[in-house]
Amino acid sequence: MSYEKLDDLMLKTYPKKVYRKRDKSIVVNNPDEAQEIQANIRTIPGMITQRGCTYAGCKGVILGPTRDIVNITHGPIGCGFYSWLTRRNQTRPESETSENYIPYSFSTDMQDSNIVFGGENKLKEAIQEAYDMFHPKGIAIFSTCPVGLIGDDVHAVAREMKEKLGDCNVFGFSCEGYKGVSQSAGHHIANNQIFKHVVGLDDSRSDAKFRVNLLGEYNIGGDAFVIEKLFDKIGVELVATFSGNSTINSFENSHTADLNLIMCHRSINYVAEMMEKKYGIPWQKVNFIGAEATAKSLRRIGEYFEDEELINRIEEVIKEEQLQVDTCLAKIKPNTLGKTTMLFVGASRAHHYQELFNELGMETLAAGYEFAHRDDYEGRAVIPSIKIDADSRNIEELHVEKDPVLFSNKLVDKKEALMAKGIEFSDYDGIMSDMKAGSLVIDDISHFEMEKLIEMYKPDVFCAGIKEKFAVQKMGVPLKQLHSYDYGGPYAGFEGAVNFYKDIERMVNSKVWSLVKAPWITQEALNASMVKVH
Amino acid sequence: MLLRHTDKKVKERNALTINPAKTCQPVGAMYASLGIHGCMPHSHGSQGCCAYHRSALTRHYKEPVMAGTSSFTEGSSVFGGQSNLLQAIDNIFNVYDPDVIAIHTTCLSETIGDDVSQITQKAIDDGKVPAGKHVIQASTPSYVGSHVTGFANMCASIAKYFPEVSELKLDQVNVLPGWVEPSDMREIKRMLLAMQIPYVLFPDTSGVLDAPQTGSHMFFPKGGTKIPDLKRCGKSIFTFALGKFCSELAALELMKKCSVPFEVLDIPIGIKATDRFMMKLSEVTGTSIPQMLEDERGQLVDIVTDMQQYLYGKKVALYGDPDTIIPLCEFLVDIGMKPVHIVSGTPGKYFEQRMKELVPGANFRNGPQADMYLMHQWIKNEPVDLIIGNTYGKYISRDENIPFVRLGFPIYDRIGHSYFPVVGYKGGMRLLEKILSVIMDKMDADAPEEKFELVM
Repeated sequence: MSYEKLDDLMLKTYPKKVYRKRDKSIVVNNPDEAQEIQANIRTIPGMITQRGCTYAGCKGVILGPTRDIVNITHGPIGCGFYSWLTRRNQTRPESETSENYIPYSFSTDMQDSNIVFGGENKLKEAIQEAYDMFHPKGIAIFSTCPVGLIGDDVHAVAREMKEKLGDCNVFGFSCEGYKGVSQSAGHHIANNQIFKHVVGLDDSRSDAKFRVNLLGEYNIGGDAFVIEKLFDKIGVELVATFSGNSTINSFENSHTADLNLIMCHRSINYVAEMMEKKYGIPWQKVNFIGAEATAKSLRRIGEYFEDEELINRIEEVIKEEQLQVDTCLAKIKPNTLGKTTMLFVGASRAHHYQELFNELGMETLAAGYEFAHRDDYEGRAVIPSIKIDADSRNIEELHVEKDPVLFSNKLVDKKEALMAKGIEFSDYDGIMSDMKAGSLVIDDISHFEMEKLIEMYKPDVFCAGIKEKFAVQKMGVPLKQLHSYDYGGPYAGFEGAVNFYKDIERMVNSKVWSLVKAPWITQEALNASMVKVH
Repeated sequence: MLLRHTDKKVKERNALTINPAKTCQPVGAMYASLGIHGCMPHSHGSQGCCAYHRSALTRHYKEPVMAGTSSFTEGSSVFGGQSNLLQAIDNIFNVYDPDVIAIHTTCLSETIGDDVSQITQKAIDDGKVPAGKHVIQASTPSYVGSHVTGFANMCASIAKYFPEVSELKLDQVNVLPGWVEPSDMREIKRMLLAMQIPYVLFPDTSGVLDAPQTGSHMFFPKGGTKIPDLKRCGKSIFTFALGKFCSELAALELMKKCSVPFEVLDIPIGIKATDRFMMKLSEVTGTSIPQMLEDERGQLVDIVTDMQQYLYGKKVALYGDPDTIIPLCEFLVDIGMKPVHIVSGTPGKYFEQRMKELVPGANFRNGPQADMYLMHQWIKNEPVDLIIGNTYGKYISRDENIPFVRLGFPIYDRIGHSYFPVVGYKGGMRLLEKILSVIMDKMDADAPEEKFELVM
């Protein structure tokens, strides 16, 4: 695949300044070489971006899936409205009466008087009203743009109300939409506050032998349910998932786990890093998207715990689960083999989903992230060389120290011993190392670039989100949404892989595209015998 | 239960809104802007606003919704958004080449006090606006009013900007359809055509948000009110402003600027509201109402007479936008149904006034804390036979096992609203079909076997 044509079009169309900026965010991949891509920088105003805001990353992504926290949006009504149930966070309350606030949207619905005179009092009253009505275990406050601008101190309000209420954990997030350059800043802010206010509050330990946390899995379409089932089968306890199908208590207890497994590196690596510093819990990167990747990730758990029984059970489960995958692929792969795709989504999905496409025998022509940093492209080795700019400097870095009581030297020793055997920790090599030479890698793709790519390369399926979906389909190319899964899924694990294979086979073989042109456009039919009637 | 924490006991709330029956101004402004041909809406604020509004409109229409954003960062929030907006205007004209950029503000740019008209002027002075191209702007702070207010404000901006002042009058009328679906705009145009009345209708999202699959993405689809039409609407003899909340402001602007007289009418939903629209059209233009439309009216009334037994006395809960709810309530009363719980998050005394006239015995509230949580509580206290409103009602419908008709914004989980109208007599028939279908489906589902009816 060549970059020249796209470059030529951009050069012709973009104003010079825009061209110079965008050019650095586009790389023709060469996995054998250390290549630099520009990422996590401001979107150029007016470019039509996929990106959203910090509030969306904080409230929508990280805290959205936890069912028993009352999430109050402090701001005008819109932000709370748009983040209400739109992210498909499935959840399974323990019983018919257990808490589940996911179907609710709570907002202070700020009015102009609150903007002029401040909204703190209204926020306090709203917290009190929520407490009186629901008596939740936790209330979280999410700041929208005007909150920071008018100087409302949501953290002071949270402290005051927490003390006043006594049995409810109240905490705030300064996740105003204008912070950072994308959702990513919101993830970081969410990580910080959860770590500060929730993680570590419950030291109780179950007597399960193998205890892990899964980080960065948000249970879109029921993915977490599939993974939970797998963990159950292999006999590993999931202490907490951040944050698919989760409860506040599981976060409180999460520091008692012996290993952190990271799915979405971008959104949650901060919690893993902080947990390692404070409690000594090591982390490893896993991926449960794709059958092979799932098997590999399960094996990593076995390797870590070095328990033969566990290792054997894992192998049995893989063998048993792989059956449905092989049967399905045998049927489907002839119909998908050699087809092409492009993925522009998230900051891990564009990478992870290439696994599934590989399994289908499909080629990824181009991929990129919406809100990633350079490490998600080039691997974590690049982190020390990433320059801190004005936008990232605004996001707080928590200072974390070893917990004098709970820090586990045992886990540190275990990690060291395993590393000596060549097992990797805190590892993520990024998307570029896994992509073919010559494929295109594009960060924060603009709508213009997306349309040009599609016109030039006509992929068989394009992966992005809702805002791109119908424009791409109007171009005659089916679009698979990888945020919402087009209301399908689950796609995780072996079971999910099968679902994905079937969905992609349907999309790349649909007959509907042959109906797009009406017959009178493609065929001549000039045999008129009727005279025009007036 | 999905809404398991909704308690029957109603406690007054002062500060907390739960499950809102409204959203914020900018999305309404974006929707209105899409009703101008060749227009790129632009959100002057954080990226999230634009992303949320585009997503909401896209989910509702299953169509591309193109819009730009000023992509505010912390720096621009402190120093002002001028530089971002200037860049955006320049880039949008260069890369996407629209005829019009319609800028709306957000709570962010309003709170920091950006003067968008001054920035726009600067863009013009700096030569960033190509000849023949237009930039319009509306102030749409999210902390005032609702999405309906934003729609009205953008319509008012269109009315302020485009129409040309002229002594000359043309034999044509203006129709401001209010916030209705592309299908409804199409239906209103069909009615005007049937009456052979020349018109300018704006905004007009038909042909934009119901575009056909052709195998190519038209960045600016063929629909939308054309600029020459917007220019000549100052010469119209009369403006029909449908829906007080959505259309009155724009009609006032047209009168101020071009002395076009106007009248505010209800959106023609149901028999009487459509009758009033027809009568006024006929009165203003001297056109008689054609047999075709009279026949459609007769068909609508015919359905009501035939199906009375399934409608009469049935209780209804409804929520949404005042301009829709007002004529809908009237229609429901006319067909023998009983609206008992009504909420709208959109503030405005006029709503209360009309509800008092139309449904004096009902529970109704609009404005702060008039939300779906309150309506659900009311339903728990006095159950209903039907719920009408946007997609969010499906949670109440499922929990309480109440038939549900989707109407309003947003509808995320069904299609149809883009293509099939609810306005006019034809629209009334569709509405009736939907209402009857859900009520009768429930009768079928609940009937004991021996009472399961073939003919109904």
